Amino acid sequence: MVLGKGASSSLSRKMVDGVENMVSNCNDFTVLVVDDDPVIRKLHDMHLKKFGLRAQVVENGKKAVDLCHFGTIFNLILMDKEMPIMDGVEATKELRAMGVNSLIVGVTSRDSQYETQTFMEAGLDFCFEKPLTADKISFILQELNKKN
Amino acid sequence: MDVVSQLQRQFIDYSASLHREGFVDDQFTQLQKLQDENSPDFVVEVASLFFEDCEKLINNMARALEQQQGVDFKQVDASVHQLKGSSSSIGAMRVKNVCINFRSFCEAQNREGCLRCLQQVTHEYSLLKSKLQTLFRLEQQLLAAGGSIK
Repeated sequence: MVLGKGASSSLSRKMVDGVENMVSNCNDFTVLVVDDDPVIRKLHDMHLKKFGLRAQVVENGKKAVDLCHFGTIFNLILMDKEMPIMDGVEATKELRAMGVNSLIVGVTSRDSQYETQTFMEAGLDFCFEKPLTADKISFILQELNKKN
Repeated sequence: MDVVSQLQRQFIDYSASLHREGFVDDQFTQLQKLQDENSPDFVVEVASLFFEDCEKLINNMARALEQQQGVDFKQVDASVHQLKGSSSSIGAMRVKNVCINFRSFCEAQNREGCLRCLQQVTHEYSLLKSKLQTLFRLEQQLLAAGGSIK
């Protein structure tokens, strides 16, 4: 599967604090962060930068859907659950209905199992509790590479 | 002890006290580890965003709880939920813990309980803001003297 125009993918091993990590040095991975909390947006953006990724950030599900509707392709979408205007559940359902097959990862506060299940059933690939950490992002990138 | 070592000791001790007294948890340490030479003000920027967010959300909660005709507890809960999320992300442990209680009172539609929590969260936010401003000031003094926080 082609990861966007001119995409190339290679993995390099980097030693971080003595631990070998698989990180993608593919700067063509495109990421969308969808969260109404400016603190989370900044935090996730910084985490992604550490992995050499640049993210677009939007503050609600509708903006995410609009971006994809107008042709922007993302390899990875980090989707918050509770947002105004359009929440993560609805946005994920709409994206999947549109045929978007990006890796969509839900990011939630600690919700009930039922609420997390509802979010997963909307079409997520994975769902993690906030905030994302370096380990979780590393895992997500490994999955992204497998998918592609 | 030279000036830099003294300032470094002050910074380390103050940072340790914030953890010991429960103002911040390990998530704050993780934020500090994300800061690097490309983003030297990352922690200050995140903290500033958090404080702006706090003030906005606390005002929302206060307005919603003031409604005499009937408090919209879902609206209050939405703001508390958001504050819980961002306080958890920055490592503001005491603020987060008040939010956990606050949500229980929202669920129970207990206005008095909510008002008490609003008072507590305002108090904890003010305390934290003051503590972090002191920490950042100590950091600036250390850096100005040629020391480092790593």
